[in-house]
Amino acid sequence: MKIAIASGKGGTGKTTLSVNLSAYLAENEEVVLSDLDVEEPNSGLFIKAQLLHEEEKYKMVPEWKEDQCTLCGICQEVCNFHAVIQLGDMIMVFPELCHGCYACSELCPADTLPMVPKKMGMLKHLRNDKLSFIESRLDIGEEQAVPLIKQSQEYVEEHFSDDILRIYDSPPGTSCPVIEVTRDVDFVILVTEPTPFGLHDLKIAVETMKELKKPFGVVVNRHGIGNDGVLRYCEGEGIPVLAKIPNDRKIAELYSEGKLVYNEVPEVKQELDKIITYLSTLKQGGVQ
Amino acid sequence: MKEIVVISGKGGTGKTSITASFAYLGGADVVVADCDVDAADMHLLLQPDFARGEDFYSGELAKIHPDKCTQCGKCAEICRFDAISVVDGLHIVDPLSCEGCGYCARICPTDAIENLSMNVGKWYISKIKTGSIMVHAKLGIGADNSGKLVAKVKNEAKRLAEETNKEYIIVDGSPGIGCPVVSSLSGASFVVLVTEPSVSGLHDLKRVYELVHKFNLKAGCIINKSDINEKVSEEIEAFLREENILHITNLPYDEQFTIAMTNGQTIVESDSNGLKQKIADSWDKIKQTIN
Ligand code: SF4
Ligand code: SF4
Ligand code: SF4
Ligand code: SF4
Repeated sequence: MKIAIASGKGGTGKTTLSVNLSAYLAENEEVVLSDLDVEEPNSGLFIKAQLLHEEEKYKMVPEWKEDQCTLCGICQEVCNFHAVIQLGDMIMVFPELCHGCYACSELCPADTLPMVPKKMGMLKHLRNDKLSFIESRLDIGEEQAVPLIKQSQEYVEEHFSDDILRIYDSPPGTSCPVIEVTRDVDFVILVTEPTPFGLHDLKIAVETMKELKKPFGVVVNRHGIGNDGVLRYCEGEGIPVLAKIPNDRKIAELYSEGKLVYNEVPEVKQELDKIITYLSTLKQGGVQ
Repeated sequence: MKEIVVISGKGGTGKTSITASFAYLGGADVVVADCDVDAADMHLLLQPDFARGEDFYSGELAKIHPDKCTQCGKCAEICRFDAISVVDGLHIVDPLSCEGCGYCARICPTDAIENLSMNVGKWYISKIKTGSIMVHAKLGIGADNSGKLVAKVKNEAKRLAEETNKEYIIVDGSPGIGCPVVSSLSGASFVVLVTEPSVSGLHDLKRVYELVHKFNLKAGCIINKSDINEKVSEEIEAFLREENILHITNLPYDEQFTIAMTNGQTIVESDSNGLKQKIADSWDKIKQTIN
C-alpha cells in the first residue's frame, strides 16, 4: 500500500506525522518512508539511520554544439518554456527552465543540440532496522521539482516490493509537485491545524483530492488551539478525521531538537494507533 | 519605492501573521502583495474586498481532435511525459500528465492537435481594511506555473505602488526554493527571513538564504518562538552574524498568533503584552535599514 502525507500549507506538522508514524510502524513491520518534499527535505533530521547508497540525479537538457549550427532559429521557436534562446550568432540554453521535452533537440535540422545529463539533485537511501528511508534533495537554483520527484518514486518502486508499506512525505500546497506525489497513491492523509489558515488551505487540498478521485482522511495537528471550524467542516463533508494530535509545548520542543515524539508523549502514540487501525481496515477492505 | 519580501523557507513559522502585521502598521504607505499563491492566507487577516478579479492564463495543454486524428501514433511516440495513450482505439491526452511542451502539435501530420491555453487561477486587486491596496491570487487546482502567477501579482503591485506613489511594497513570499520563491524575490530591496529555532527551521533557513545570497539581496531575520529551543536559537544567531544578516528581533512562543488569526486580526491589532510592541519595533528597524 502507498500512502501520501500532504497538507494544503506548510508547517502544519506533515513531517512530524510522517516520521513518527513511519518509525512507530517500523517497530513491527517493514516500512519505506520517502521524503518527496525535495525543495525542503526535513524528515532526515529526525531519522537516525545508516547510509546504504547515494546517487546523483540528473535531468536531460540540450547542449549546443556550435560547429554545425545553421542558426535557423527552430530550437528557439519550438521551446514553449523559453529555455533556448538565440542571441546573435549564439544559442543559449537555460537548463533550470528546461522541462526536458526533447523538442528542440529532435527538431534541430542540423542535429547539433544533443540532450545531455545535468545534475539536479541527490538521492540518499538509508536504513535503520525495518525502516528504509529515501531522501531526495533538489539543488539550489534548480526550479523544477517534478522531474526529481518522478525519479525518486521510480527508485522506490524498483527497490521495494509492492507488499511493503510505502509512505510519501509530499511537498506542501496543491500545485504540480503535489499532484505528482499523490496521483498514484492508494490513500492520502491531509494534515491540518484547527485555525482559519488551516481550514482555508484544507478546503483547497480537499478539492484537489476530489479532483484526483483519491480516498483521503484528515489528521488535525495542534488540536486545542484555534476553533472548531476544521472539525465542523469535516463532519459536514463526511470526511473521516483519523486522529487529533494535541497541542503541547513538549511536542514543539522535541520537534525543535529533531527528536521523535511518540515515545515521549503517550497521547501522540494513542493517536498514531488510531491512524494505524484505520489504515489496516483500509488494507483489509481492499483499497479502490 | 522599496520592496520588502518576507519569506521563511519552511511553513508554519508565522510568516503570514508577521507580514500582515507589517502591512497593518504601514497603513496607507504600502501596497501589499500576497505571493504565497499556493496557500494564500493573508486575505483572512486583511479582509480584501475582491473588487477586481481577472483570470490568469499561462502555459498550454494539448488536445487531440478525434475527427482529424488518423491514429498514426506519432504523438504518443515523441511525448516524453507519457501524456498520450490509446483508449478505446483513440489517442487521447491526459491533462494531468501533459507538460504543455507543444511538441506533439508540431509533429502531428494531420494538424489534429490543438494547444489550449490553461487557466491557472485568478488574481485580484482589492481594497483592504487599512484603506490600502492588496494584490493577491488564487491558484487553480493542480495548476503549474505558480512562478508566473507570482510574477504577475508582484508586477501589478509594483505598477500600483508607482502609480499611487506608495513608499513600500510588502510581499508575502512563497515557500520552498523553486520557481515561485525565485519570482517572489526578484527585485526585492530587502528580504525578511522568518524562522523558528528548530533543527528543520535552521536547515531551511540556510537553504533559502543560499538563494537570497545568490541574488545578492540584503536580508534580516526574525526568530519566532525563540524560547522553544534556546540552543538552536543561539545557533541561528551565530549563523546570522557569520553571514552578516541583520538580526531584527526574537519573538516568544505566543498563542496570541493563533488567537489573533482566529479573530481575523493581525497581531498588532489584538491586545497582547509585548508582542505588539516588538513587531512595531521590527517594522521601524526594517524601515531604517532600507532608507
Ligand atoms: S535548431 Fe539547431 S541548427 Fe537551428 S539554430 Fe537551433 S541549434 Fe542551430
Ligand atoms: S528540451 Fe524542450 S524544454 Fe528543454 S530546451 Fe528543448 S524545447 Fe525547451
Ligand atoms: S500524431 Fe496526430 S494523427 Fe497521429 S495519433 Fe497523434 S493526434 Fe492522431
Ligand atoms: S504537449 Fe508535450 S507533454 Fe503534452 S501531450 Fe503533447 S508532447 Fe506530451
